Amino acid sequence: MKWLLVLIIVLCNTAGDVLNTFGMRRHGKVREFHPSALRRLLASLARNGYVMGGMVAMAISFFALLSLLSIAELSFAIPATSASYLFETILAKYLLSEEVHWQRWLGAGLVACGVGLLSV
Amino acid sequence: MERARPEFLIRALTVAVIVFNVSGNYFLDVGMRSVGEIVSLSPLDYLRVFGNAWVVSGVLLLLIWLLCQLSLLSWADLTYVLPITSVSYVLTAVAGALFLKEHVSAARWLGVSLIVTGVMVVGRTCPRTAPEKAGRP
Repeated sequence: MKWLLVLIIVLCNTAGDVLNTFGMRRHGKVREFHPSALRRLLASLARNGYVMGGMVAMAISFFALLSLLSIAELSFAIPATSASYLFETILAKYLLSEEVHWQRWLGAGLVACGVGLLSV
Repeated sequence: MERARPEFLIRALTVAVIVFNVSGNYFLDVGMRSVGEIVSLSPLDYLRVFGNAWVVSGVLLLLIWLLCQLSLLSWADLTYVLPITSVSYVLTAVAGALFLKEHVSAARWLGVSLIVTGVMVVGRTCPRTAPEKAGRP
């Protein structure tokens, strides 16, 4: 059960982040942060299908994480989800056209190993 | 804030993402410890947890985190944002050790140092490499 929840969290995290990034690129840069601008931002995000899809994926991942936290420690739950770094880096390169140089691979790899070690 | 330079904005949003993520997760963890075990497909079982003040505060903090994260993603690459904001794992481990009295082994401290190294490597790259409107699948 623990690992099934981890699988759901990793898949939904990856889908959520990629959809959100894609949606925010179509939305354009967020430049204003005063309350009325944030209200407009929320209204515009509510009509953004990619961001809404990302929200659904993140909501599933969130409830799976809540369940996982109730049967396992945070120090197991968070590190177990480190596999999403690998998937997200690959999808960012091919779907989001990001330039993933060796520094990015090295950094993502170090972070993923580090996050994995946190559960030991 | 409206006319802020992009580099400053990216840095400020990164810090906000990390702070709200760590505090939100910490509040949720404390809340779920007092609620007890739930693994269920019924939404009603999950609604029960929203009676807990720690859980509600955690959810509010994570909502602010979400807005910051989305704003940051409008400025920077996912492969930049993701490793950089993983500093939050380091702070979560430290918070677990300090406040929840979780044991932090030598391996976990090694993990912490790997994350910090990875963050420094990615932090030296340009935050945005993707074309403005690209990425259409």
